[in-house]
Amino acid sequence: METTLRRQRAPIVQAIRVDKISGATRLVQAIRIVLAVVYAVLSLIPVLWIGMTAFKSRPDATAVPPKVIFKPTLEGFVSLLTDRAILNEARRQELLARADELPWYQRLMVQQGMEVTGPSQYVGRLRNSVIIAGVSTVAAVVLGLLAAYAFSRFPVPGKGDLLFFILSTRMLPPVVVTIPIFLMYRRLGLHDTHIGLILLYTVFNLSFSVWLMKGFLDEIPREYEEAALVDGYTRLQAFFKVVLPNSLSGLAATTVFCLIFAWNEYAFALMLTTDRARTAPPSITTMLGRGGIEWASIAAGSLGFLIPVVLVTFALRKYLLRGVTFGAIRQ
Amino acid sequence: MATIELRQVEKKFGDLHAVKPMDLTIYDGEFVVLLGPSGCGKTTTLRMIAGLETVTGGQILLNGRDVTWEHPSRRDIAFVFQLFALYPHMSVWQNIAFPLQAQGVPRQAVRERVAEVARILEIEHLLRQRPRGLSMGDQQRVALARALVRRPAAFLMDEPLGALDAELRERMRGEIKRLHIEQHATTIYVTHDQVEAMAMGDRVVVMSDAVVQQVGTPAEVYYDPANLFVARFIGSPGMNLVPCRYLGGAIEVSGSGRVPLPQGWDTALQRALGASCDVILGFRPEAAHVTSEGPLDATVYASEMEGGYAMIHLTLGGEGGPIVHIRAGRDSRYPIGTSLRIALDPGMIRFFDPRTERAIPREVGR
Repeated sequence: METTLRRQRAPIVQAIRVDKISGATRLVQAIRIVLAVVYAVLSLIPVLWIGMTAFKSRPDATAVPPKVIFKPTLEGFVSLLTDRAILNEARRQELLARADELPWYQRLMVQQGMEVTGPSQYVGRLRNSVIIAGVSTVAAVVLGLLAAYAFSRFPVPGKGDLLFFILSTRMLPPVVVTIPIFLMYRRLGLHDTHIGLILLYTVFNLSFSVWLMKGFLDEIPREYEEAALVDGYTRLQAFFKVVLPNSLSGLAATTVFCLIFAWNEYAFALMLTTDRARTAPPSITTMLGRGGIEWASIAAGSLGFLIPVVLVTFALRKYLLRGVTFGAIRQ
Repeated sequence: MATIELRQVEKKFGDLHAVKPMDLTIYDGEFVVLLGPSGCGKTTTLRMIAGLETVTGGQILLNGRDVTWEHPSRRDIAFVFQLFALYPHMSVWQNIAFPLQAQGVPRQAVRERVAEVARILEIEHLLRQRPRGLSMGDQQRVALARALVRRPAAFLMDEPLGALDAELRERMRGEIKRLHIEQHATTIYVTHDQVEAMAMGDRVVVMSDAVVQQVGTPAEVYYDPANLFVARFIGSPGMNLVPCRYLGGAIEVSGSGRVPLPQGWDTALQRALGASCDVILGFRPEAAHVTSEGPLDATVYASEMEGGYAMIHLTLGGEGGPIVHIRAGRDSRYPIGTSLRIALDPGMIRFFDPRTERAIPREVGR
């Protein structure tokens, strides 16, 4: 049919001889690399600074001028994750006497004149963050994938309007709707519950994941599924055996984006939770208010908070970097 | 193998009639080509037979069994897509084994059957590769292997050679034909390329505007087109079609000359035309030759060297007259503007009614 005319011939592969590259080209290349490196370093400085502060002792963290060389310590992390009591002299002596039996974090605190009495609230909040971000991401990606598949493949009545409606849920900045949602959640008993935040984050991410996944699924030719259908598979089997393996890179990208949103979300978490379901982001800032500013703890919290997202992104990078379809079918 | 029968099958997409009710029977072991221009409904017909498109009306029978509403996976039909549709996440071996796994064929048997078709299609050395790395020809072979491995009741092929370049296309055409002769499997093949259709089909189904125009052997659709569309569409160039007047015993091409009617045509035209005397004369380029005794005057409009022969374009009856194409020997030289006379092979002329555009059948046995 018409496609025959548009179809391209096999791509022309050109080999470039390294010794034929002109000096000017190489200079431009060098400048590009230098600029990229400089930019990368500049943007990494704050992260590096957080990382350094997290491992500083309290005096080092507030030293003026700031110290670049210092003796690393885990004090920041320990004080972030534990509750402590200030020791009187007698108890301090007693603990120092059997310092060898104490766990390492206790020893560290005893040297500061404090005793670890138990895990801090922050541990629970980190757990909340993991549960809420994890569950809402999985829910948003799974539901988004299924909805996007339907939009991509079937004649859904009012498809355009529905898709626009889904997108429109994302048009207001979240902060604008926090108060109505706050009131609604109070009524429904969803205030300060895990399920409340999970629902909210899922809804917010869903619009994103539907649109993103639809784009990826549209790229997968229908012929793959049709081939599977005539080959003897049901539509559901075709979906799992053919569509899903070919949409992995899309799933990876969507997962990362949804996770970043749910993990970093601050405004709703601050408004809609008080204690039981409070997540990590609002907790880190509350540390600013308690007595002296515990810069090392705050930095430790921020650093610890960055790591999961970085790990997930790294784990999925293989799929993120791969193209969607890989040329076995030509359009 | 299989007999496929379509009874009044039709397809509408909203207001668009993609296939108007059609009847067609494809016999066991037959190679039938659905031929027509883009958008004529041939691919839709094929997809309905496969079950990838639901029918709006009519029945589809496979070996006498009504499969009209059967799921595609349960029709026992293999489909070769225009763009091959090889699964990119699977190796060639996995691609070929995929349909067998759906049927729950035991592993040992899967291995044997994949090895067998790989040998038939000479792709044994590619089994471990991913399809994206293969040449177009090899991808085509893998797609054929995936269809062949199932030993299905019938093969449906949707322009399987459309993506290949000319040289490869001719080679694969031969391979598909050879496979069909060896396997003797009922095959329905969709193409817009009439050369392919003529070369491969046992029968050709010519479609246009959602309607079947003619079903016949390649020779039938070539020599005896059922209507003006088929006459123009088949052949390159198509049949020469010249409006003329029926004068009882002869026809007259305005300003060019009179051709006496061969036996059998006179009564046929009389009966078909009634009071009217307008008729369209049709003849293939090879049915005319240049001769000084010919009844028709013509002027050379252009001529082309086509390799084994020359194609001369002529205007009949001076400037503005109908243009016809005739074949001449490759040594003949006809400068533009040359006046000459042509004669028609009496057995090769056909007539069409301009009102219905249908062919007028010749009276036989008188």
